[in-house]
Amino acid sequence: MGEPLERRAVISGAAQSDVGRRLYRTGIDLTVEAALRAVADAGLTTADIDGVSTYPGFGGSFGGAMGAELHEALRLSLNWRSSGVETAGPLGAVHNAILAVATGVARHVLVFRTVVEGSGGPLRPGSGSGGGGGMSGSAGPFQFMIPYGAASAACWVACYARRHMHDYGTTRTQLGAIAVNGRANAAANPKAIYTEPMTIDDYLAVRMVSEPLCLYDCDVPCDGSTAVVVSHRDYAPDAPAGAVGVNAIGTAIRGRPSWDQFDDLTSMMMRHTAASMWERTELSVDDVDTAQLYDGFSWLTLAWIEAMGFCGKGESGAFVEGGTNIGPDGAVPLNTSGGQLSAGRLHGFGHLHEAVMQLRGTANIVVDNCEVVAVGAGGGPETGSLLLTKGPS
Amino acid sequence: MSGDSPPRFVLASPESEFYWRSGADGRLRIQRCGDCGRWIHPPGPACPFCHSRRIGPEPVAGTGTVATYTVNHKEWIPGFTPPYVFAFVELDEDPTVRIGTNIVGCKIDEVEIGMRVEVLFEESGEWHVPLFRPTGAREH
Repeated sequence: MGEPLERRAVISGAAQSDVGRRLYRTGIDLTVEAALRAVADAGLTTADIDGVSTYPGFGGSFGGAMGAELHEALRLSLNWRSSGVETAGPLGAVHNAILAVATGVARHVLVFRTVVEGSGGPLRPGSGSGGGGGMSGSAGPFQFMIPYGAASAACWVACYARRHMHDYGTTRTQLGAIAVNGRANAAANPKAIYTEPMTIDDYLAVRMVSEPLCLYDCDVPCDGSTAVVVSHRDYAPDAPAGAVGVNAIGTAIRGRPSWDQFDDLTSMMMRHTAASMWERTELSVDDVDTAQLYDGFSWLTLAWIEAMGFCGKGESGAFVEGGTNIGPDGAVPLNTSGGQLSAGRLHGFGHLHEAVMQLRGTANIVVDNCEVVAVGAGGGPETGSLLLTKGPS
Repeated sequence: MSGDSPPRFVLASPESEFYWRSGADGRLRIQRCGDCGRWIHPPGPACPFCHSRRIGPEPVAGTGTVATYTVNHKEWIPGFTPPYVFAFVELDEDPTVRIGTNIVGCKIDEVEIGMRVEVLFEESGEWHVPLFRPTGAREH
């Protein structure tokens, strides 16, 4: 292919609202806070913003706030606005913004993802929304799991984790390395929810949720908003905090779009997502300096590690065991701000924010000479990725 | 899962209604294409393989293999008293037909990947909810 279109885009600004277990603030309040900080971080004013993109595009505890709410709250004047859940996971909102900028439809797109799942309550059948596309009042695919008490993604991910253990000998101690690594890194993150030290013994002793997943394999619901500004790369020299380049987007949905009918019970859609990302770049997995990989459940991170190619299929357990490879000084520093398990379920945008901070050299735990970051977010059939670089790609 | 049945929140679609009613005569049915013969699950409006509209429910043996499972220790839905097993069963007719279900009729720690299972049905209002138990198990 010629130059991938996404390289015309950069991330010129990034910021978060306050983040907490329960802030008892509205989603739009948090969104405005993050958005204004991100616009200022990009060296822009709201008058420069001509696009808004978000996931999923509805309110409630999972949705946080709609694009139109931010549009109205800041009295923006837009050439383009987009939201939706039928994207390549939550990062689909970023993909959309990148494509809008690359095609010239917009020049500076404000992208946000807001959650109020800490104070707003967890997802339940009947709660009116679902990351999986609607568990309530729906005769869709979840009708085949809800009657059996499998009402949480924890149940579905646990089934994949179990099969991975069965086929490849992956152990709970290996799975626990994801949680322990996240907790250790969270200690340096002032916005993290859980920062008390955790050992692998603590992990192994905590109560089960859906075997083989224990409490520490499940991320922590929180309240918070993350916003980034996606701009045309010709703005990069003017971005005061430094522009992060978009090298490649990972968007493929090549298997069945299903939590339960995917062809392989030891991988998920990220297998195709990551493959499509590598098809769009001359960079390789060996060029990646740090990986920010979704940990809504710890096993999803193992699946992302394999999908990205940091190790072979089935080898992620051994790769992460003991934490050496994934620690801040390891071969692939992983989830350096604590991930969702300890820093809070910001639905992939915490990972995105941390990637930007690493490429600017302003992260709380600095990965030296960081030039390339792989970001992957989502699980099941809803996964997307980004390959980001220091400066325009 | 012993004692009272848990609440079975069935929300059937027009395409899937047969699936949730099928057990009335003790048979499990899966949608099948009348032209190419492939099994289709979850049921849909057309054959996803050859796009034929000549599709309909067809009885299957109701036997299969546990592909994977989880033991739930959290009461995800009130009335589902932990611990209980949620599993995916792959049917003998076509292992790509993967059915979410509860495994009953055995001890929790007897469930394992590769276990041979057979269908049984639990009546819940107008529906017959397919459950699975180890092949040869005598009772629910």
